Amino acid sequence: MTGVNEFKLPDVGEGLTEAEIVAWRVKAGDVVAINDVIVEIETAKSIVELPSPYAGEVLALLAAEGQMVEVGTSIIRIGDKAAAPGPGPEVIDTNIPPTGNVTLVGYGPRQRSLKRRARVSTADTAVTPVTPVVEEVAQQSEGGRGGRAGDRLETPSRNPSSARALAKPLVRRLARDLGVDLAALRPTGPKGTITKDDVLAATGAGAPSGERETREPIKGVRKQMASAMVASAFTAPQVTAWTTIDATATVELVAKLKDRPEFKGLKVSPLLVVARACVLALRRMPLVNSTWDEAAQEVVVKHYVNLGIAAATPRGLVVPNIKDAHALSLVELAQELEALTTTAREGRTQPAQLAGGSFTITNIGVFGVDGGTPIINPGESAILCLGAIKTQPWVVDGQVVPRQVMTVTMSFDHRHVDGATGSQFLADVAGFISDPALALITD
Amino acid sequence: MTDPVFGPAPQQATDDLELVQLLTPEGERVDHPVFGREFSADQVRGFYRDMTLVRRLDIEATALQRHGELGLWPQSLGQEGAQIGAGRALSPQDFGFPTYREHGIAWCRGVDPVRLLALFRGVDQGGWDPFEHNFGIYSIVIGSHTLHATGYAMGVQRDGAVGTGDATRDTAVVAFFGDGATSQGDVNEAFVFAASYNAPVVFFCQNNQWAISEPSERQSRIPLYRRAQGFGFPGVRVDGNDVLATYAVMQAALQRARDGQGPTLIEAYTYRMGAHTTTDDPTRYRLSDDVEQWKLKDPISRVEAHLRSNGFADDDFFGEVAAEADALGERMRRECHALPDPAPRDIFAMVHAEQTAELAAQQAVFDAHVASFEEVAR
Repeated sequence: MTGVNEFKLPDVGEGLTEAEIVAWRVKAGDVVAINDVIVEIETAKSIVELPSPYAGEVLALLAAEGQMVEVGTSIIRIGDKAAAPGPGPEVIDTNIPPTGNVTLVGYGPRQRSLKRRARVSTADTAVTPVTPVVEEVAQQSEGGRGGRAGDRLETPSRNPSSARALAKPLVRRLARDLGVDLAALRPTGPKGTITKDDVLAATGAGAPSGERETREPIKGVRKQMASAMVASAFTAPQVTAWTTIDATATVELVAKLKDRPEFKGLKVSPLLVVARACVLALRRMPLVNSTWDEAAQEVVVKHYVNLGIAAATPRGLVVPNIKDAHALSLVELAQELEALTTTAREGRTQPAQLAGGSFTITNIGVFGVDGGTPIINPGESAILCLGAIKTQPWVVDGQVVPRQVMTVTMSFDHRHVDGATGSQFLADVAGFISDPALALITD
Repeated sequence: MTDPVFGPAPQQATDDLELVQLLTPEGERVDHPVFGREFSADQVRGFYRDMTLVRRLDIEATALQRHGELGLWPQSLGQEGAQIGAGRALSPQDFGFPTYREHGIAWCRGVDPVRLLALFRGVDQGGWDPFEHNFGIYSIVIGSHTLHATGYAMGVQRDGAVGTGDATRDTAVVAFFGDGATSQGDVNEAFVFAASYNAPVVFFCQNNQWAISEPSERQSRIPLYRRAQGFGFPGVRVDGNDVLATYAVMQAALQRARDGQGPTLIEAYTYRMGAHTTTDDPTRYRLSDDVEQWKLKDPISRVEAHLRSNGFADDDFFGEVAAEADALGERMRRECHALPDPAPRDIFAMVHAEQTAELAAQQAVFDAHVASFEEVAR
């Protein structure tokens, strides 16, 4: 194919509006054939490889890795160099570094809006309509983009020559998961490659050196978390209560369970005991396991427990839930917990697993933190937060002795869960943790 | 698992012990007591060519979707053996009712691949004239067309085009559907009607193991072909990645229908190597291990191995087919880009054979509405 062609990001998934550029498989100067894979993109639905619709030399990559790009935006320019548009407001030409690698950042014109057609006015305006639209098209397609820097979404400014840093795919993946900008790192590996240690060092050292600010797009899991938290925080008046307890018996129970053949191969942790404790306490205090239905002006009390577990994953916070946790034995609960956390960590949590939760546990103790004021997962009425279990002085029978101590905190929706109900529930959970044997006499 | 009162549980849905096979994954010919038969080298080369071209068709269409030229594409990758085997067994007067993944059947019925693209590009309501090819348009609603097929078969019966002994007149009807469709009410109703009326219909189910993300063993506790027994007609499971076995089994079932002996369920046991559609990401719900296992059972490589090891085809032959595939891909791209957009009012011509007064009035209102907009160059 002769001339120069720009490939516009297609809608690969029936109604998607944007996608993230995950990794370029080609660079400027490469020669591609039709259907050679040129880029990997991630949409809200899947990771997809895009084949090239054009053959020729890659003249420029028009979007950076990690950038969210709207459908319809040109992402790559392919063709004969000779046929490339002449100078003008083209950013590409001026930015090409000696290495030939280039990253032009910026959103192209929004094609969608151009398709709208004007209604014929019944008044005498028959002269006006088409022209402004056409002018806009012309301006944008003739490189008007370059002059519209104010419209551009900049990724972190970086030295163009380091824009495509050398790193193995695994290291790239790690950097992506940890939110580290590879281009901002100083490579210490062979041939100027960035190593895993370089990436890890960057996270430990805080902000990458040489940058006063970095900008990260709000998207994906992070975006979902943000809207869920805002919705919850500014809808439900949330009250937080906590209690510090002696969890020694739970720690001992966990140690015993680990040796039981039933739990062979399963992860047994205090979280498991607490999950069970919550299920039992919810049975006594069903109001804590409910939804405030604003539209219907009703409180929906659930007679099942879909137990949400807040999980920190490489891509951010997700809260998958264990369906019908009330009907599970302790072994089954352990299996479900393990499956849920493994799936979440691998990033394979399905939307159905995130929906329909009735109560959530968040375990910030794993970070060594004692407590916090958790925010309720929208649609639920309470969230329980586990602190770290630490050996601390504790008074038993008038004597100060070292015990395994932890703080459990709970936030609840005070629209319908009052202080008495919330505190009673928290005390119940605390009771089970202090003395798991109580579970035997609970019906 | 054996129940103390009711006895042993039926076989698992995924056991493939009773698979009819004539060509092993390694390309060795094996015999079968019921369906065993001979194939000429010409015929096998023909199957190879069909499957290779259909695979290319599918790959090219998938790429076109990624280019932004198609709204959607359901991939048939890996199912070429089942589709070509079944499609080539049909006689001209037979009639097929497909679901949306039957690109290989469409190919055998003479539907130009570009017509498939027209449907998924959204520039055509159906893509082709069903009566031109004796092949219905793709049914997007899962399983609904099995009732259409059964109804058509009952019509064939009433036309007296069954059991006459005239090979050019006796007609079989085929409903093509997937494993997921067997969970639909429509499919079960079609089974009931087909059995009750002894309709000349073949239910050709490609069990590609996945109903989008739902594995087939979750949908059925027994192998799917065994369901036919409960409805009162025979069912058989064939290796869907074995084009020869699929052809042989399909041929027998079609003949049974044409002879007036009633319906048959064929479960072609295969695997969807690609995604459900271009919108789906199968890595979220299945293991690459499974895919690797099924790669070893590829329908095309086993035919190639068979052709080569028996000296039925040489490098020239394979080179020619490859060149033909390239040309097909190139033509599909070119003609896809050139597909004209439909005029909005075209839809009015597609509702009834003869325009009704009510529809004509609606069309007039619509035309006036469209005329109230400015024309803008596309």
